[in-house]
This record gives sequence, structure tokens and C-alpha cells, in this order.
Amino acid sequence: MVGIYGRRVEGLVESRKPPVWSLRKGTRDTIAGALGLALVVTANPACSEEGGRSAARIVSIGGAVTEILYALGAEERIVATDTTSVYPPEANGLPKVGYMRQLAAEGVLSVKPDLILAVEGSGPQQVLGILEESAVPIEIIADAQTPQGVLKKIEAVGAAVGKEAEAKALEAEVAADFAALAAEVAAVAQSNRKKVLFVLSLANGKAMVGGKESSADAMISLAGGINAASGISGFKPMTDEAVIAAEPDVILVMQTSSHALDADAVFTLPAFKATPAAESRAFISMGGNYLLGFGPRAAQAARDLAAKLYPDRIASQ
Amino acid sequence: MTDATSLPRPSAFRRRAKSGDRRRTGQLTVGLSALLLLAVCVLAVATGPSPIPLGDLARSLLGESDALSAREAIILHDIRLPRLLLGALTGMALGVSGTMMQGLFRNPLADPSLVGVSSGAAVAAVCAIVLGGGPLSAFAAVLGNSFLPVAAFMGALATTSLLYFLATKAGRTSIATLLLAGLAVTAIGNALIGLVVFTADDQQLRDITFWTLGSLGGATWGRAMAMVPFVGIMLAAVPFVSRGLDALILGEAEAMHVGINVETLKRATILAVASACGAAVAVAGVIGFIGIVVPHLLRLVMGPSNRYLLPASAFGGAALLIGADTICRIVVAPAELPIGIITALIGAPVFMALLLRRRNAFGL
Repeated sequence: MVGIYGRRVEGLVESRKPPVWSLRKGTRDTIAGALGLALVVTANPACSEEGGRSAARIVSIGGAVTEILYALGAEERIVATDTTSVYPPEANGLPKVGYMRQLAAEGVLSVKPDLILAVEGSGPQQVLGILEESAVPIEIIADAQTPQGVLKKIEAVGAAVGKEAEAKALEAEVAADFAALAAEVAAVAQSNRKKVLFVLSLANGKAMVGGKESSADAMISLAGGINAASGISGFKPMTDEAVIAAEPDVILVMQTSSHALDADAVFTLPAFKATPAAESRAFISMGGNYLLGFGPRAAQAARDLAAKLYPDRIASQ
Repeated sequence: MTDATSLPRPSAFRRRAKSGDRRRTGQLTVGLSALLLLAVCVLAVATGPSPIPLGDLARSLLGESDALSAREAIILHDIRLPRLLLGALTGMALGVSGTMMQGLFRNPLADPSLVGVSSGAAVAAVCAIVLGGGPLSAFAAVLGNSFLPVAAFMGALATTSLLYFLATKAGRTSIATLLLAGLAVTAIGNALIGLVVFTADDQQLRDITFWTLGSLGGATWGRAMAMVPFVGIMLAAVPFVSRGLDALILGEAEAMHVGINVETLKRATILAVASACGAAVAVAGVIGFIGIVVPHLLRLVMGPSNRYLLPASAFGGAALLIGADTICRIVVAPAELPIGIITALIGAPVFMALLLRRRNAFGL
């Protein structure tokens, strides 16, 4: 599993709400309840006061949260991030407290934080529990793969670090970008919409694709595409015949420093050879964190994708 | 893998065959492994990603409440100490269980997984991770953070009980049936895990991967204390089973003729292993290799007598696990490595080196 779900998917895993959770309200409630309690018990009293807002030593957990902190100009207050925080590149220079779902209590405390900003889904729970007891304020940032979710994320991070004004400005900017894109996308006739297949990886020639409820699905629909793998939920392997039956017009992949999929590798596979995408060699490769992170650059990423899908109708910025 | 080659033959120790020598070596090894454990404990408490001055640390441990800052006090009392206790209990459970299983199965490769502990716990843990939000959310809500360990423990016990009943007929437990049924149950368990994994999302998959690598990261006093009775059962059983396990080297019938109640011995051993290892796997995940490496290392040093081997395995297992955990905490600080990686990376080469040096003595 590490091979498939290792480094390569970090950009994608980081700030995406798990599709199953969005299906199953029970989990969400349990987790939201637990985290909510955490917020009420520890973070709020401290955070609503000056302690959190003027925090000078922030541990930022989650790629989108880190990106927002940078966008708000709070970067010099970050002392450590997690391994999913890879943008902007300077964020890689900061100490890493591990993968967001596998935090170490003493490791986090060792950087002497006075505020921990963690995206929803960070953990494990026991470690969060220990951190809560340590009296360092923890703010859990809700995560949803929608334009609204992005705005909420920016607002929450801004409020947590006392940068409300900057957050408002960024929110307005991002909201305007989303609205402009939505208007342009709406102008694309349904019959002209392209079927997009997001390929996460090709392990052993088997395609792991992004089905509905996945972050890739959300991005494809924002960009005015139709998810060719809508019969699947989450990121799952797709059989060769299903790939052919899905008739994707475009293959979308994540660009990473290693393991980059290229058009040749994909289109020589029997399953993909017979697709419309192979005929027109329609192949789009975008940075994983950029494409699926649902951070402050989400609107821009959606526009980039839309511009690649419909070059004559939608312009990239 | 017959009896003759599996465990060191008595003749291999002819050089120091006088029983007084053997006993002294045994006692010495038990003492040394206890000292080693103590040293490792001190090291584990004194080191970590946040440096705490040794003097302050000692004063805080001696009860001076203002020796450390609030942050340091939390790191020492709520993170390092419960983790140390959890590591010690888990290491003891794994080390002693390995020794017991190798004695019971008369097979050098035996480990607790043969009685279904790991596979049962793994199936339950994976279900808890993946289904805890869906079909099992009612349990998850009631148990909160304890859901996964409780589920894993129940899974371990259920599987061991199933195997025990499968292998027991007319009051007699067949070790061979236990072994074969164990393989079958493990295969079923893996299939079930595969089925559940298929429905998992990426984050849950990451959680499963990390769980199978083991970690002492979630240690709290509550969890560590919850383990005490289960490991206690196993440690309490040690003096009662050690003679029996020694006699069992000769074979079941022979052990019976020597006056050992073989069926009681089997039951006691299986119960001890299931309770301690079930609890260990439940709180710390699957930590491999300790149950194999520690007993064999000690056998190479002190010979096969379970009377000394079992207590030495307890100390040695705890020392190896705590030492490995200390490395995990420091080496990529402020992040943390899964402990399974380190136990295998330290344990295996040491074991191989000793094996190669002493192979002649074992006729390998």
C-alpha cells in the first residue's frame, strides 16, 4: 500500500475530506463531535483571547492551512509544518512534524508552539488529546472540497491568527475568481462538456482513478468537466474494460517530482489506447497539491484546468 | 524444523555443561538484561525531541513540582512516562509470548500470530478504522478513542478462542491442528482485511498502513494502566509454565511421563499469550520481530532453559522495544518513525551476527 499511497498521493490526501465521510454522516458527526469538543474545551477560551491571535510560534498542519498562512502574510510566525505542506516552496524549509495523520505529541511540543492550526482529519486522536492537555491552543480548521469550503478555511485561519482583514480580502478575491469561472463554465453547452478521467496512479498497469466524492471529482466539475469515473466512489482501481467503456475525452494526472505519468506511458496501455482521449492525445498534467489541495489557489487551479479543457472558451489568467 | 534442530541441543553446551555453570549463566543473563532494561529506561526518559536538563528532570521525578516548566512537565509526565510504561509492558508481552510460543510449538519460528492474535486483532482494527464511521459508528461513539484498541483486543481473543476450540477434542488440544487452523484463520483474516481495505479511502488506508507498522505514539496513562492486568496474567503464569515448557522439549508424551499436566500447560500458555499479546497489539499495533529475536538472542547467550529464559525475555523484550522507540522518537524529530521499522532494523542484524558467530555450536 505504501507504494501506491506513499509520497505520491500526499498532495491529494492532505486536505481532502475523505469521500466516505461525506457519504456517512455518522463518522462526520463522531469526528466533528470529538474535535468540536476539543475546540470548546481547550482552544476556544485561549484562542478567543489574545493568546492564539497573536501567536508567534504556529505549528501548521495541512497543506491548505500552510498555504493560507503564507497568503495572509503570517509566514514568519510558522515554526513547523507537516509533510503535506509543500507550497509555497519556502514551507519545505521549515521543520516537519511528520505526516498530518501521524503526528507525534512530543515532536509537536518540542518546537514550543503557542498555537497549533490543524486541518480537519489530522491525528491520531490520542495525540490530539495529549496536545490538548498540554494547554497549547489547538484550532481545527474545517475542510470541505467546495468553493464555500475554501472560503470558510481562509476565514477560520484568518480568525485564528488575528488576520481577519487580510482574510476578508483574500476571501473576496477567491470568491470572485470562483464566481467568474462558474459564469464562464456555465456558458459551455452541456453537449460540449468533456469527459475527464483522473488517473491517480498506474500501479502495475492498473489505473487508480478518482470517482465521485473524491477531490478530483470536485475539481473536474468546478472546471466544467464531467467525471468519466462517476460510477466509482473515491479513489479506486478501475478495470481496463471500464476505462474503455467510460470513453474519457481527456486524461488528467497529477504532476509530481517523481513518478510523473506521461502521455506516452498512459496511451500505450491497452485500456487507454481505445479511448477518445488517446485519439486526440488529450492529456493534462497538473501539480497534485495545486490541483487537489483546495487551498487558496483552488479557484486558480480550477480555471487552469478549465482553460486546458476548453482552450477556445476559457482563458487561463 | 524437528525438535532436534529447532532448539539448541543440550550437547551444544557441553563445554559448560555442568549444571552449576548453566544456572549461573542463566542468573547472570537475567540480571544483566534487567540492568539493560533499567539503563534503556533512563535513556528513554532523558532523551526526546525536546531537550530537558537532566538535573531538572531528576528533581521533577523525585516530586519537586516546580523543577520543570509546565510544558516540560507535560512532556515528562504525560508523554514520556506513560510511553515508557506502555513500551515496557508491550515489550514484555511480545518477548515472553515469543518464548512461550516457541516452547509450546517446539518450533523456532513460532510467534504469537500462530494462535491468531495478530490476525484477529488486525481484522478488528482495520474494521474499526474503516467502518468506525459507518456501520460501527454506534460503538465508535460510545468508546471514543478506545474504540480501536478495544476492538482489536476483542478480535484477538475471539480468534484465539476459535482456534483453541477448533484444535481441542475430548479435552486434548492438538498443537498440530492449532498450527494448521491458525494458518487457515490467518488466510481468512487477510481476505477480510482485503475486502474492508477495498472500501477504504486514502486516509483510512494510511491509517491502516501505519497501524500495521506499530507505534507507541498514542500512549496515555489510561492505556498503559489498562494493559497492566493483561500483561500481569502472563507474567504471573511464567513460574508455573517454565518447567513444563522445558519438559515439552522432549515431546508431549515424554513431558507427561515426567509428571507435567500437558493439557493444563497448553491452556495456561495460550491464555497467557492471548491476553498479553492481544492487549499489546491492541494498543501498539503490530510490532514484529521482538517475539522472534529476543528469545533466540537470549537462547544463544544462556541456553534453552525456560526457567531463566522467560524472565530474561521479559526484560530483554522491554529493553529492545523501549530502545527502538527512543530511536523512533529522536531520529526524524520532530516527526516520528513507526517502531516496527526500527525493531526489525536493529534486531535482525544483531541476531544474524550472533547466529553466524555461534552457528557451529548449533550444528547449523
